[in-house]
Amino acid sequence: MNIFLATLKRDLRMAFRNPSSFLNPLMFFIISISLFPIAISPDAETLMNIAPGIIWVITMLSVLLSLNSLFHYDYDNGVLEQIVISHHSLSLVLLAKTTAHWILSGLPIILLSPLLGIALFLDSKSIYILMLTLCLATPCLSLIGSIGASLVVSIKNSGMLLSLLILPFYIPILIFATSAVSQSQFNLPINGQLYFLGSILIFSLISAPFISAVALKIGME
Amino acid sequence: MSKLAVKNLSCQRGYNLLFENLSFNLSSGEVLKISGPNGSGKTSLLKIIAGLNSSESGFIEFNNIKSDSEKYQLETLYIGHNAALSSELSCVENLEYLTNLSTEIESPNFLKALKDVGLENYENEFASKLSAGQKRRVALSLLYISQSKVWLLDEPFTSLDSNGARIIESLIEKHCAKGGLCILTTHQKCNIKNLKEISL
Repeated sequence: MNIFLATLKRDLRMAFRNPSSFLNPLMFFIISISLFPIAISPDAETLMNIAPGIIWVITMLSVLLSLNSLFHYDYDNGVLEQIVISHHSLSLVLLAKTTAHWILSGLPIILLSPLLGIALFLDSKSIYILMLTLCLATPCLSLIGSIGASLVVSIKNSGMLLSLLILPFYIPILIFATSAVSQSQFNLPINGQLYFLGSILIFSLISAPFISAVALKIGME
Repeated sequence: MSKLAVKNLSCQRGYNLLFENLSFNLSSGEVLKISGPNGSGKTSLLKIIAGLNSSESGFIEFNNIKSDSEKYQLETLYIGHNAALSSELSCVENLEYLTNLSTEIESPNFLKALKDVGLENYENEFASKLSAGQKRRVALSLLYISQSKVWLLDEPFTSLDSNGARIIESLIEKHCAKGGLCILTTHQKCNIKNLKEISL
């Protein structure tokens, strides 16, 4: 079988047999967002104004939570060694693992975002733009995150280090994504923000698997 | 006639120089046992030969194929300390993925490989349910499937009972009789024909 599909199938199969690995970050996402109306104010206008920021910050944090397990488990049991010395392209295998990570962490967030958007009083147009920004940017979070996860693969309890390494690279995504949703609430043009998010996606899709492969070899030395 | 050439290999880990200017040749049918005390660099040497780690100096070639090439990776099979089994997957699912990574065989007979290592009817058993010795046997069943000429085995007899060790020894002998070659590290006594030994 094609190594990309074989890796994707294996990672998804393992995740569905141990669902807590991907359900925990998702529960964190839902619970954190549901707490904001209780903690700040149930007022519709207040929540509508801060909703893009809340949803996007919690999205990033929940993706960060799940990133630590991207390679650690395979490193501990020795599978990562076999992946590195395989005759297949290391970048392709890592892209498959990152795709599985996005399916398990990014895709459920995109699917849940309309419900949470309604809970935070976003209008239908803003929910559509929120989903669009999530579709464009959550793959970037997984791709960029895979570089950091590769670098710290051999370090135990590296969650904090990984966050420090990766968060600065997430900031442009956060700025463009929240700005797109906020501006759409006032019917302002958002093409620029979406173009930026699209170009970040293309750039990370092209470069991140290769950088991850180099970083993984360095991380495993 | 296949030949593995290791020339002037040096390895440093942190401030420790593990070995320097290490050279040896290994031809078809030969088995090399690397011995030495703990921390002397046996695993590091195997990992360098497998292409997993880099060396400070020197190079490795198999039939004039450089160790950083795709063809070299196809010709070598490395089984390390860890069994490389995922606990959420069954024995066959684990073997399926590991075979996919290390060979280009279309439809390997996993059931026969498991039977040959004494794990008949264990094909659907999850790796998490296996003992350390059984996990080792599943990992070593890859040897029955692999078509690689060079076997690199790090402590292959660890956790195995005497019967399991004998199965692996005879498998190594058969592999070498067919023109393959094998490098292994072990602290145990081996009863393998054509065994060469270097000490680190």
